Amino acid sequence: MKEEAVLLEKNPEQKVEAREVVPCIMPDLRVQIGSLALRNPVMTASGTFGYAREFENLVDLDRLGGIIVKGISLHPKPGNPPPRIVETACGMLNAIGLENVGVDRFISGKMPYLRKLATPVVVNILGDSVEEYSEIARKLDGAKGVAALEVNISCPNVKKGGVAFGTVPEMAAKVTEAVRRSTTLPLIVKLSPNVTDIVLMARAVEDAGADAVSLINTLIGMAIDPITRRPRLANVIGGLSGPAIKPVALRMVWQVAQAVSLPVIGIGGITTANDALEFLLAGATAVQVGTANFYDPSAAENIVQGITDYLQEQGEDCLVDIIGTLKTGTD
Amino acid sequence: MSEFQQKCSILNRDRLAPDIFRLTLQAPKIAAKAQPGQFVMVRVIDGLDPLLRRPFSIHRSYADGSISLLFKVLGKGTAMLARRCVGDELDLVGPLGNGFDFSDERPVCLIGGGMGIAPLLFLAEQLHSSGRATEKDHVLLGARNKDELTPLADEFSALGYTVQLATDDGSIGRKGFIPDLLDFVLPIVEQVYTCGPHLMMENVVRQCQQAEVHCQVSLETHMACGIGACLGCTVNGKRGLVRVCQQGPVFNADHLEWSLV
Ligand SMILES: Cc1cc2nc3c(=O)[nH]c(=O)nc-3n(C[C@H](O)[C@H](O)[C@H](O)COP(=O)(O)OP(=O)(O)OC[C@H]3O[C@@H](n4cnc5c(N)ncnc54)[C@H](O)[C@@H]3O)c2cc1C
Ligand SMILES: Cc1cc2nc3c(=O)[nH]c(=O)nc-3n(C[C@H](O)[C@H](O)[C@H](O)COP(=O)(O)O)c2cc1C
Ligand code: FES
Repeated sequence: MKEEAVLLEKNPEQKVEAREVVPCIMPDLRVQIGSLALRNPVMTASGTFGYAREFENLVDLDRLGGIIVKGISLHPKPGNPPPRIVETACGMLNAIGLENVGVDRFISGKMPYLRKLATPVVVNILGDSVEEYSEIARKLDGAKGVAALEVNISCPNVKKGGVAFGTVPEMAAKVTEAVRRSTTLPLIVKLSPNVTDIVLMARAVEDAGADAVSLINTLIGMAIDPITRRPRLANVIGGLSGPAIKPVALRMVWQVAQAVSLPVIGIGGITTANDALEFLLAGATAVQVGTANFYDPSAAENIVQGITDYLQEQGEDCLVDIIGTLKTGTD
Repeated sequence: MSEFQQKCSILNRDRLAPDIFRLTLQAPKIAAKAQPGQFVMVRVIDGLDPLLRRPFSIHRSYADGSISLLFKVLGKGTAMLARRCVGDELDLVGPLGNGFDFSDERPVCLIGGGMGIAPLLFLAEQLHSSGRATEKDHVLLGARNKDELTPLADEFSALGYTVQLATDDGSIGRKGFIPDLLDFVLPIVEQVYTCGPHLMMENVVRQCQQAEVHCQVSLETHMACGIGACLGCTVNGKRGLVRVCQQGPVFNADHLEWSLV
């Protein structure tokens, strides 16, 4: 594009004619997460896109950068009693309780459809023990069509008395190491924001062999009905997501991107291309769109388009050139 | 299932009672596919608060490509929806859910409580247009007061149904609850379709089960996505959890673990 512009300057008479033949060069949106190559940086977040098929009539799945499916455990999980969701200001609380069909039924029932998609499918996994994580990883390692694993370490470890893997760096490292040994797939570890120092968590999983980190999962929150004087969720507390959490997510992504050398995937309240760009400028290599899929199924597609438009307007040929170009201070 | 996301302009806005509204929307793709009992997810404003779409039953679907919604102002979202004007555009996703299964079992009884009446008019019209509605088919409607039942009751009567009413204050029809009316109707019908407040449906189901009459219920739960992705709307079925938005909202009452719904 830049070369064409120089040419036109030198040859003013031909300007009009030349313009007509200059092809519109699309900016290159490709990004790389370890060995996982994405055609664009916009993925859909786990738990907010089902197993993708739910959206097939509403979204052109082939335009997405990647699809992260609902979290899978070793055995089926029934989840929590209703009500499981509640709306809050610019956000929502959920206490789904990780309901899922279990890894075997996922492979036999959901993978055949997912395998046919042109978009890489990342499987989000969760377990109650380190051994469970490795076993799921092993099973998925052998399943055709899985492009990468995203390890959700935000679930409570029952065996350890309710301590979440995602809040103790040593535990997070243990899970990461175990999964690393069980699979050759690209390994993304998804961090919980419910910690004092997220950078410590990121460093721990980096040292333990993760290929990338994604953040953030939901923030623990609560809502009460003053009339009934009861919590609005049957589970009392739940995970807060949506635009309300974006500033927190952005801050954490920025801190982590500076501290680790792994690719960082930004998640949290992303609804528009501008939201996504904020995360990319803060250092994220890719982003995930979560809650927005619920209220605007076309959100992820629109974000891909919006990023393309932005790059064209800014005269950038490659998305990777803008990653982490946040200007702070006087530079 | 094929659903659409569509911007739909408001063609008509009627205020039926102080807090009850009927919106007619230009929604050709949705109207062409809509079945009674299905619903749409409506974005009440473009902003971020309220964030989630609101589910509403398809109250009517017309051959000219429009649909109507009947709703009551309950909270923030419905209050905003009530303030939208003719000519405004609303973003809709639909038609969603399974809809009523209308087999040939006759006569039928439609039982609606409050805004549960909304999907039943569409069902009544479909049964009517297929030439199957007679005065042996009953409609029982219940609401707080007369305002909430007119003109809806007349619209059912005009289709040829035998309509009976109950209101909390006795301002029209019988004072009290629908289940009282049901005692008279159950011995003469084969199939019951019901939608309304939870307690009402629970009673209707119990009575139907005692009388061994088939009963289909349309459930309401809190929904975030409406398309089966968030798992926010699940209830207990006899064979495990079911997603109301996708496997419902209409269920065979016998397939639900009613005590846990
Ligand atoms: C399949 C289905 C069909 C429906 N059809 C109709 C209809 O035809 N007419 C009508 O008036 N109402 C209908 N409802 C109920 C309607 O969706 C709620 O009244 C509405 O969402 C309330 O929104 P609000 O913002 O005014 O209330 P708020 O209390 O401010 O809402 C807060 C949150 O709770 C949810 N919520 C609150 N009450 C209900 C409820 N009863 N059911 C589901 N979600 C709820 C809202 O969607 C929102 O996420 C239907 C619900 C479902 C699930
Ligand atoms: C209903 C719901 C279910 C979720 N389920 C999962 C899950 O199974 N695994 C996981 O790692 N994250 C899960 N999440 C978290 C999201 O993937 C995401 O990290 C979070 O919602 C923040 O992004 P958002 O604000 O864009 O939604 C879930 C979120 C929601 C709202
Ligand atoms: S509303 Fe999301 S699964 Fe039913």
